[in-house]
Amino acid sequence: MSEVRATQTRGRTRPSGIGESVRRPDAIPKVTGAFAFSSDLRHDRMLWGGTLRSPHPSARISSIDVGPAVAVTGVHAVLTHSDVPGRATFGLEHLDQSVLAGDVVRYAGEPVAIVAADHPDTVRRALDAIQVEYEVTEPLVDPSRAETATPIHPDGNLIRRIHLRHGDPSAADREGLVTVEGTYEVGMQDQAFLGPESGLAVPAADGGVDLFIATQWLHVDRDQVADCLGMDPDLVRLTLAGVGGAFGAREDLSLHVHLCMLALYTGRPVKMVYSRHESFHGHVHRHPARMWYRHHAEPDGTLVRVEARLLLDGGAYASSSGAVIANATCFAAGPYRVPSADVDGVVVRTNNPPCGAMRGFGAVQTCMAHEAQMDRLATALDMDPIDLRLKNALAPGDRLLTGQVLTGTLPVAEVIRTCAEHPSAAVRSDEPMTRPGGAGRTADADHVVRGEALAVGFKNLMFSEGFDDSSAARCELRDGVVTITCACAEVGQGFVTLIGQITSEVLGVDEVVLAPVETTGIGSAGSTSASRQSWMSGGAVQKACEEVRAAVVARVAVTHDVPVDDLVLVEGRVESLSGSVSVDLAEATAEPLSADVVYRHAPTSPLDHDGQGDAHVSFAVSAHRAIVDVDPDLGLVRVVELTTSQDVGRVLNPVQAVGQLEGGAAQGVGLAVMEEVLVDGGRIRNASFTDYLVPTALDMPPVEIAALIEQPEPGAPFGAKGIGEPPCISSTAAVVGALRHATGLELARVPVRPADIALAEAQAGVDR
Amino acid sequence: MRTDPYRLTVNGRPVEVIDGHAGESLLFVLRERLGLPGSKNACEEGECGSCSVLLDGDLVCSCLVLAAAAADRDVATVEGLSDAGGEVGPLAYVQRAFVEAGAVQCGFCTPGLLMAVDALLCEEPDPDDLTVREAISGNLCRCTGYGRILEAVDRAAAMRREACS
Repeated sequence: MSEVRATQTRGRTRPSGIGESVRRPDAIPKVTGAFAFSSDLRHDRMLWGGTLRSPHPSARISSIDVGPAVAVTGVHAVLTHSDVPGRATFGLEHLDQSVLAGDVVRYAGEPVAIVAADHPDTVRRALDAIQVEYEVTEPLVDPSRAETATPIHPDGNLIRRIHLRHGDPSAADREGLVTVEGTYEVGMQDQAFLGPESGLAVPAADGGVDLFIATQWLHVDRDQVADCLGMDPDLVRLTLAGVGGAFGAREDLSLHVHLCMLALYTGRPVKMVYSRHESFHGHVHRHPARMWYRHHAEPDGTLVRVEARLLLDGGAYASSSGAVIANATCFAAGPYRVPSADVDGVVVRTNNPPCGAMRGFGAVQTCMAHEAQMDRLATALDMDPIDLRLKNALAPGDRLLTGQVLTGTLPVAEVIRTCAEHPSAAVRSDEPMTRPGGAGRTADADHVVRGEALAVGFKNLMFSEGFDDSSAARCELRDGVVTITCACAEVGQGFVTLIGQITSEVLGVDEVVLAPVETTGIGSAGSTSASRQSWMSGGAVQKACEEVRAAVVARVAVTHDVPVDDLVLVEGRVESLSGSVSVDLAEATAEPLSADVVYRHAPTSPLDHDGQGDAHVSFAVSAHRAIVDVDPDLGLVRVVELTTSQDVGRVLNPVQAVGQLEGGAAQGVGLAVMEEVLVDGGRIRNASFTDYLVPTALDMPPVEIAALIEQPEPGAPFGAKGIGEPPCISSTAAVVGALRHATGLELARVPVRPADIALAEAQAGVDR
Repeated sequence: MRTDPYRLTVNGRPVEVIDGHAGESLLFVLRERLGLPGSKNACEEGECGSCSVLLDGDLVCSCLVLAAAAADRDVATVEGLSDAGGEVGPLAYVQRAFVEAGAVQCGFCTPGLLMAVDALLCEEPDPDDLTVREAISGNLCRCTGYGRILEAVDRAAAMRREACS
């Protein structure tokens, strides 16, 4: 069997225009089982690959003996550090991570050797047979010690510090202000996409390699892989294989270089699929955070000054930590007017698992803290927490903590108001299954307490701080058939649907062919992250279609001697408004027309020494209201209902929008009450779905959508904002706020564990 | 260790597994030996439901079933839901409902969920919300938050009832 079924996005879709709930073009192959995910690929003479990982979070490698592994029947290659053909290191922001560890390992799970063999079981036996001698050293696992500890990496232990200073530093040095202070913690969250890391590398006759891979950004992967292989980038061809979710975890390289090394060494196609256990060790996580905050306000609730110290644990390698701490710092105070601020944001290196991108990207951690502070402030002021938020809500024309003036839309007050005013559908049920803990560990119904809270959060859309962010797209119109080529990674979010809708909107056609998504023949689309693809690749596709439209119209205007302005494209025809011309688009494009565009958003600036500058393009805000039931005796929790309003600019596809809001909220609920990568002495303790708990259909409440606020964003294609991230920013904060409301406890750490409630309740009982 | 050839019945058709290894799971054999990669592997320990198939009509995680133990039993996979003599035929109600309701995002959990929902609706044609949630609580989905999936189950149930009435 020789098949590389990696062209899943090739196909026709019958879209209609913007604002319609058009169905995904890949939905049918996904329900029949025909859709090829990266783990489904096969090839003639294919070998299986595997990775040996360090069991130690910190050690020197004294020796590696691959001999016993090579001797295992069926093994075709065992490669180590010295076999890396090109640059030995890689990284998104800093080249600080080894393709395969050389002298030192810096986290438990760091790749040390790779194997190719005839069967996955042979791979496992060979990995077991590799003899590595480690000289174990004391790991640095406490991020608060990192800056003063001996550097664990030549680049040092401080990955990035941003000391943001905004406004009058003495603004709070006066009598009569109300001040609240708190320290908060967020645990390490995993993206937990369902489709584990996997791919297939095929050696090519020209000496290059074809890599079929699930990723968020093909071109940046291609450049990194080529460098590590010491190969011309044109010889390294990446094609997007079906992606089983991403959420940030596929921004960094994982098995990419390993697969190519094994394929080039053996001269045979090699496939690798991580197990779930390996996946937990094979990608970055959401940064755990420790955050101290002090808010100062006038007695009427007007915010005067916010001070914060943020410490994020970046783990062993930098990944995108620098950009994550920038977001955490820039959005540290939430979507509020804050005239004076001092935020010291630090991300450090430790021997813990590396952390990097995850949906919400730094804003999730600080939202949990700033919203707890707003509730605390409301209590201190004896003010309604929603009124306090409305009083300070950012609005266009206001300045952010970075000094940047908000020139686009940001309907903060609107999302708060619509969310708060939306009637709740939550009822109290006698059904034991609906009690905290479910039927098995049913709480005493009389003891169950209910709580409710609202939270607001915001973040930037697209890449910031002067990054040259672009997306390329090609529109070709031939015989009336439109083909769109764009390297935007479809990871489940539904951009493939939007391509059809945009094309239909501009060119008036009901059929679009989506070319394979690959690095060959088209430029980078940038990353499927930062809520940026609807805007960036959407903008590129729109512009390419508009150029083709103009060319068709110009051609027909000449051939039929009518003014350009008189012609429209509708239902596959070029027609004149006066009715005198009606040309089949197929006829008009027998000679094909094509347009290649590179789309860029407005430029941004770096942050200066004080964390000031016009660093961001655009922003989006969301609010969540959570209703929870708590059994204080057992510390069990049930999230009863979530209600949300979100700033979306314009809805491009209502059903897909709802799917993003519900799905993001589920990840927020997970972080609030159950999801945490438990790291003990640098080792992950719960690297499985048995022990790392992802919300199920029984854990997840209904998500009521109070409002999708449509205020078209100037400069955005169709006025639409990215919508993927906000749902998981304010949801966590709302749930933990509701738990505080229900219990009266401080609950300054997420995820909230049963013991955090039950033991605190028990202690309170003792104290009483 | 190679096994003797053994037979499975998959989606109504007898198939022979040659050159199998003794320890291979039903999931591995379906995916890697029989060319049926619709059932997915996401946890390898029966927690996520992505590999769900029906074994003699019972919903099981195929990652936890030894392939050889399924010999001479009926295995139904996602590929069989709309099977029309080896070609993709009209979509089953549950498939149509997932497509129409927007229940598919990345789609990795979809095959397992379809099997779980199909099994549920065969057992209980008109399930209430809690019954549905319970029935699919063994299937993790990371994209949708389950909202559109629950909507799809309602639609599938309605389509089936309509077809039967």
